[in-house]
Amino acid sequence: MKLFPIRGGVHPEYRKEQTSEKAIVALPMPRMLYIPLQQHVGAPAEVLVSGGELVKKGQMIARSQGTISASQHAPTSGRISVVTDVAAPHPSGLPQTTIILEADGKDEWADLPEPIADPFAADLQVIRDRVAQAGIVGMGGAVFPAAVKLNLGTQYKLDILLVNGAECEPYITCDDRVMREYADEVIDGARIVARVMGAPRVVIGIELNKPQAIEAMTKAAAPFSEVEVVGVPAQYPMGYAHELILAITGRETPAGKRTAEVGVVAYNVATVRAVHHAVRFGRPLITRVVTVSGRAIREPKNILSPIGARVADLIEFCGGFSAPPAHLVNGGPMMGEPLPSLEVPVVKGTAGILALTAEEANNQPTSPCIRCGNCVTICPGGLSPIEMAAFIRKDNLETAAKLGVMDCISCGSCSWVCPSHIPLVHYFNYAKGALKEQELERRKSERVKTLAEVKTIRVEKISEAKRAAMAARKPAPAATPAAGAQPANAGEAKTASTAEEKTNA
Amino acid sequence: MLISTFISKPDTVSAIMLRVLLALLPGIALYVWYYGPAILVSITLASITALATEAAMLRLRNRPLKPFLGDNSALVTAWLLALSIPPLAPWWLVVVGTAFAISVAKHLYGGLGNNPFNPSMIGYAVLIISFPSHMTHWLSPHGLGQTELGFADQLAFIFGGHLPSGIKLDAVTLATPLDTLKTQLQLDRPLKEILGMPIYGALAGKGSEVVALGYILGGVYLLFKRIITWHVPAAFLGTLFVTAGIFHLVDQAHYVAPLFHLTAGAAMLGAFFILTDPISGPTTPMGKLIFAAGAGFLTYVIRVFGGFPDGVAFATLLMNICVPLIDAHTQPPVFGKKDRGAK
Repeated sequence: MKLFPIRGGVHPEYRKEQTSEKAIVALPMPRMLYIPLQQHVGAPAEVLVSGGELVKKGQMIARSQGTISASQHAPTSGRISVVTDVAAPHPSGLPQTTIILEADGKDEWADLPEPIADPFAADLQVIRDRVAQAGIVGMGGAVFPAAVKLNLGTQYKLDILLVNGAECEPYITCDDRVMREYADEVIDGARIVARVMGAPRVVIGIELNKPQAIEAMTKAAAPFSEVEVVGVPAQYPMGYAHELILAITGRETPAGKRTAEVGVVAYNVATVRAVHHAVRFGRPLITRVVTVSGRAIREPKNILSPIGARVADLIEFCGGFSAPPAHLVNGGPMMGEPLPSLEVPVVKGTAGILALTAEEANNQPTSPCIRCGNCVTICPGGLSPIEMAAFIRKDNLETAAKLGVMDCISCGSCSWVCPSHIPLVHYFNYAKGALKEQELERRKSERVKTLAEVKTIRVEKISEAKRAAMAARKPAPAATPAAGAQPANAGEAKTASTAEEKTNA
Repeated sequence: MLISTFISKPDTVSAIMLRVLLALLPGIALYVWYYGPAILVSITLASITALATEAAMLRLRNRPLKPFLGDNSALVTAWLLALSIPPLAPWWLVVVGTAFAISVAKHLYGGLGNNPFNPSMIGYAVLIISFPSHMTHWLSPHGLGQTELGFADQLAFIFGGHLPSGIKLDAVTLATPLDTLKTQLQLDRPLKEILGMPIYGALAGKGSEVVALGYILGGVYLLFKRIITWHVPAAFLGTLFVTAGIFHLVDQAHYVAPLFHLTAGAAMLGAFFILTDPISGPTTPMGKLIFAAGAGFLTYVIRVFGGFPDGVAFATLLMNICVPLIDAHTQPPVFGKKDRGAK
């Protein structure tokens, strides 16, 4: 298949060999599991259980609420200990409402929904509901509720379902292992998703540094003419959906838009496998494969972990630390975030836990920018990190925004390549946050302004009505002022509600 | 420490600068071969001056000494300046030029990374404007002069200004090939006859053309190590070649063949080492092409129609002025946007 070049990108050492040959092993069930209500983009799920309640494996313990949300299920059987605030797996370590489950060791399944006998004949809505019911989210890191994404087929004309097996982050091998060990399940899940979305083709994109995964997937895809496995160059950030779509189809997703605009929707390999489990067996998403790696880990592994296991449990399962870790990372080394502590749980979006030694991290002190321009050459987004950083340093966020900082995908290529070791992505993340806040503020003040305008109109109308009433009273003192005021009030209420709709829109 | 990515390319500013110094070695070796060891004296002098000035300026600016003295950038400035001025120049010329380059052109603008102009070329410009006669002490290449100075004699002249009795400065120095060409053409001597003079070799000046090959070798190393990209050398040499070629085609009697211009003077040093200075150059690939093409054209114009012996230094400085403008207008297209990033 003819591929299209993507712009820029970098070639960090992949360092996947620490775990790429390690088959997936299941974590012995920890005694306590910590299941946050929010493990996805959107609204947190609504708790269905309370302390002391007994639950079975796979039982829904928190229900999705709102249009964009996802449910949570018990990863094993046991007793709900308490629902309380626990540090989130986020650099801030801020508390987040979490269901704490004490495992009973029996691992008894709840009554699961009936498997869908023939997903290729079943009603589409039945499959959509099943995926929603199973609490599946994008497991490549975006953690967008999968069921919401399934509906894109009704809004856009889609021709390709792209299954993302690029896995471009160094160290991480969980998708690689899933593709090698469960290729049939991935292909089946992908075909089901493609059917629901109405996409006639399935393309599976895998970086060429995973030849065994390509081989296994090609073999599993062979019986299905609509499924194609494509090896793509190992060029970070190939796994970013927009880049992978550009490389495979030559279509450039418009800035700030969904990939569905160009007829493609991307799903991670682990996500489509979760769809397979939900549809064929009625199983919700309660486990995921996590790569635990880095030179500070005694025995790096690919671990099948229940959602809610603490990071410390996984590290202990790997024999603990063999060297003092300089960095503990949630995710890959390029886009991952610092782990606030080892007590935080594995969530649906946790692809990797890394413990890096100072030596392998090579964090050098920052020196002045020598304008080498490497960041400009390699930026996959076509941005000028050097210019944006210069303006952000001067707190000139407007100019940084004009230069496209909001189009930055935070892939970290610029930070990686910088010989002066300037933390460029930090600048951009800061600017993106600050600009978003400014935008919210602007909208808020606009809303206040509209409301104030409405109020002025209302006040004027009232005084006008009063004047009219006064005028009416003079020749005919019998007329009541209320009669004049009533319609004016109704009109005002209507204006106010239209204004509100506008600001909400 | 702020961290954006947890791993990074094993690269530092100091390592990059060190590789630039390494890349200069073949050219310097050939220089010594053809002109004797006097150039090593200027390089040493310039290096010491550069480090001393750097340290003094860092102290004055309350900056830490260690990280900046160790970044090798002052040495690059020193070496490039030393290679741009005559090896037999008096010691104070080297010292004044280097000290000016580091203190004014670099530190007064904010130190490493902030200088809008190439410091070496500023140093050169100051010297050629202030001390034009001292800037003509170009040694004659091996085997061409009436007599040759031993190393001790060279040292005596550099530091004391004395030549051995009975030897005049004219006997050991020569006008550069570019200078000779210009003056002889003004005397209406036919080009063919001029190029037949003993100072000319196969392409340009005897000796200097080989040193230029040494610079190319170093440049290829820098390209291979990805410290420079092809844009600047290609655009600079290409434009110089094409401009010289057009004039040559129109009037072969008065305009020398383009290959002469590529191998004469500081063309190769400029293409691979001076114009590729990242700090004073543009950051976008397209910007680099425009910048270097402009410098190529200006170099030719200054060489052929200007009053200075070579054009690379002034062409570089003139194009340095344009860098912010070039950068602003050559931003790459943003992913998913038809229009350009910034204007």
